[in-house]
Amino acid sequence: MSAAARLRAGVAAVARRAEIRLPALTRQRRVEPLPILLHRRRIYIVPTGFGLLFATMLLVMLLGALNYNNNAALLLTCLLGAAAVNSMYGAFRALNGLRLDAIATGSAPAGRPLRVTLSFSAAGRPHRGLIVSAGDIDGALAVDRDGIGRVNLALPTVRRGWMPLPPLKLHSSWPFGLFRAWSWLRPQAALLVYARAEIVAAIPPAPDPAGARAAPAGDDSDDSAGLREYLAGDPPRRIAWKASAHHDDLRVRQSERASDDAEWRLDWHALHGIDAERRIACLAHWVNEAQAARARWSLVLPEVTLGPDRGETHWHACQRALALLP
Amino acid sequence: MLDRRAFGLLCLSVAAVLALHASHLPIWLTGVLALLIALRWLQQRRGGHVPTLLRLGLLVVLLTAVIATYGTLFGRAPGAAFAVGLLVLKLLESQRPRDARAAVLFAAFLLMSSLLFNQSLPMTLLAATALLPLLATLTALQPAPGADARRVLWSAPALLLAAALPAALLGFVLVPRLSTPLWGAPADTAARTGVGDTMTPGEYTQLLVDDSPAFRVGFDGPVPPRAERYFRGVVMEHFDGRTWSTSGSGQLGPAVELMRPTAPALHYVVTLEPTRRHLLFALDTPLDAPAGATLTRARTLLRAKAVDARLRYGVWSAPERILEPVLTPAARRLNLQLPAGFDPRARALAARWRTRFGRDDAAIVQAALRMFHDDGFSYTLAPPPLGRNSVDDFLFDTRAGFCEHYASAFTFLMRAAGIPARVIGGYQGGFHNRLGHYLLVRQSDAHAWSEVWLPNAGWTRVDPTAAVRPDRISLGAGAADAGSGAWYQVDWLRGLRNRIDIVNRLWDQAVIGFNALRQRGLLTRFGDGGDWRSLAGLLAGSTGVLMAIGLALALYERPRGDALTRGFARLQRRLEHCGLPRYAGEGPRDYLLRASRRLDAADAAQLLELAAAYLRLRYGALHPADETVHNWIHGVTKFRPHPVVQSDAIS
Repeated sequence: MSAAARLRAGVAAVARRAEIRLPALTRQRRVEPLPILLHRRRIYIVPTGFGLLFATMLLVMLLGALNYNNNAALLLTCLLGAAAVNSMYGAFRALNGLRLDAIATGSAPAGRPLRVTLSFSAAGRPHRGLIVSAGDIDGALAVDRDGIGRVNLALPTVRRGWMPLPPLKLHSSWPFGLFRAWSWLRPQAALLVYARAEIVAAIPPAPDPAGARAAPAGDDSDDSAGLREYLAGDPPRRIAWKASAHHDDLRVRQSERASDDAEWRLDWHALHGIDAERRIACLAHWVNEAQAARARWSLVLPEVTLGPDRGETHWHACQRALALLP
Repeated sequence: MLDRRAFGLLCLSVAAVLALHASHLPIWLTGVLALLIALRWLQQRRGGHVPTLLRLGLLVVLLTAVIATYGTLFGRAPGAAFAVGLLVLKLLESQRPRDARAAVLFAAFLLMSSLLFNQSLPMTLLAATALLPLLATLTALQPAPGADARRVLWSAPALLLAAALPAALLGFVLVPRLSTPLWGAPADTAARTGVGDTMTPGEYTQLLVDDSPAFRVGFDGPVPPRAERYFRGVVMEHFDGRTWSTSGSGQLGPAVELMRPTAPALHYVVTLEPTRRHLLFALDTPLDAPAGATLTRARTLLRAKAVDARLRYGVWSAPERILEPVLTPAARRLNLQLPAGFDPRARALAARWRTRFGRDDAAIVQAALRMFHDDGFSYTLAPPPLGRNSVDDFLFDTRAGFCEHYASAFTFLMRAAGIPARVIGGYQGGFHNRLGHYLLVRQSDAHAWSEVWLPNAGWTRVDPTAAVRPDRISLGAGAADAGSGAWYQVDWLRGLRNRIDIVNRLWDQAVIGFNALRQRGLLTRFGDGGDWRSLAGLLAGSTGVLMAIGLALALYERPRGDALTRGFARLQRRLEHCGLPRYAGEGPRDYLLRASRRLDAADAAQLLELAAAYLRLRYGALHPADETVHNWIHGVTKFRPHPVVQSDAIS
């Protein structure tokens, strides 16, 4: 074993022991219910690289002032040094007393980023210069005095189903970047990633004999009540381009009346001969189509049948069932 | 990338550093650098950057310019000019937060070094203020400063600096001072107070406070009073317009000046620290020379070999004497010599005195001392620089200086008035260590004074510095009479200036002059030896105390919620102490009802009452009346439930 490898192994061993001894220091903290109040027992603080450089600089200034017997320079150095030390309290106070109140999650199919919104609240004073990190994803945050601060994280997703919320690191180097205070958060949160939608089979969703599938009307109104977020699989012609310009994401027209009578039957068994994951992808695509068409639909899965029904809630129920299929 | 606000603050920081250094940079360099800062600021607003080739070119130009101006790159002034130029070049290449941080570090160092040129009170205040944009730049580099960022970028650093004052003062008082410099850089332009063969007041920009010992003196009898502790080292009789110097080989003249003591002679032993010079110091005026040394014509001691190691010698001195009652014509010529073409105004002044006082030499001496005392002269360790006519500039223009300035100007005036005069260099004062019964004379006690030759009295010691600053030497000065002066010397304004001068003097005494000796003296008062080990211990201890106070302040958080919520939290704590914790997700009503079922009858009734009142206050009204809330909290305070008996756990 080379010396470098031995050193690495030693560092890893120390880190392992630290994780056992100081669960709050590392990400191994247990999952905890909301709200999470940040307090001194879970806030850690170390100088940053720049902080160490700053300290070296102060030392040089001190030596210079002492060597030249220059008391004014010494006083200035002491002042700067004391302010630098005080900034340690600033970094600590950026976190102390902050509370994570709620986590709201959006919905996203696997492969697309899932938006998670964290709501923090402050009491008595503002908190600034905060960063929430989940892995490589960062979000900056400032909370007003007695206010609420929200930060959005777009978490990458890989596969459908339940996804654990990665350990969140809330950190700050406020005000001078000399010290970094951090705290690990493991809030209890359920993130469900929907199935990826994919056109697998050319089999169209079978329209119910009772209703004819109506073409979407050329409704160009910008009435946002008739609009919803773009979902993967939405046909491009349904995108309301004008309205989308006013939003961060694409908006899709939902024309309620266009398909009042249509009732689709989206059947798992209709897709025999294809492997399970691709069937799920195809069903997810059909569900999106049906929702986009404002149709009534029922989703037939091996164990359960959902619907017939229509609307956002039904869509979510179907997506959830698809996401959680074994 | 740097945002516009951070970059603006960085430009401001660099400009502040440049302004603080402007007093000693060549004016054209200051102008060019200021222009570069302004151009770069404008350019960054438009989103441009400076090409590498141009920056390299500017670096070469800077190097050439500094070397062309100063002749070298090393030393304090050229070093500072080069460093300020480098800082501006760093601003030119600053694109990312990393660059800005590096520039701020460098700027902080340059702020400190600007005080090496001038450590007066205004400069120090300016440098401390200039820390603000530096720290604001660092703050601007932080993410999410909040909605009121424009204000916070300034208020956050200002608050931290203000909070840093106690710790800074503590550090200032307790940081152990170096008794000898680690490296010998201060020597280039600044004068060491150590006494040498020559004296050039005009060239000194600053007198460094050097607290290393010069020599120690053990007296056989009592130590003479402070006002009589003049240690004669060198007599300077030559003046070339700028520099006073000894008369070289002439000082070992054929005959030593005659001296008749008028008071009992004193015997003492001097222990001299190595000086690498030939001068020895003796109390004014030595009767004879110790072994290995000779008495010069003007009664100073000159050793044959340089003092390379600590030297002990015993001397007899006469504290009061009549020296050279009859002046030889050669000596008179030597001590009236003045270079031609220098300082016409000082000569004219001396001539006016001569016509006014006739042949009364003593009256002329008094007139000069009165002028120093009354005409707005001030004592400062960091005087402004003097030009070619150094005496004229000092007497009629700057009027601020230390002993060398006064001795030089006074001697010049006397010679111009026809009174033989010379400058004496040596030490004055010293610290009387009562425990060891010896006098400790430090380099900072270095002093220069004058001797004038008066008929019958011979060479008479006159200390013009005492006229300006009597507490430097407790020597009486002539009574003041209001002289006529320029408009800015009218009485009330002069009074104001004198009063403001007290601030400078206090600054000089309390801060600039706070050396290892004073540090030791301060700690001795607290029964401490004051060596560096106890200093470091004291520093660590008191810093720890201050940091603990800071931590306590940092830990304080205002409780969350309104009074009612806090009251409920208190009630909950009470119940928890009784073994009734609130479950997660349990509402206040359910919780209090459940708790009341477990308490005994009296407590339960009280708790139910409190619960009902709480629900009414919390959910019955948007803004419940303060009075009813207070009543409820009072009820909580009085509520002291008995602990729950864990009966069901047993059964």
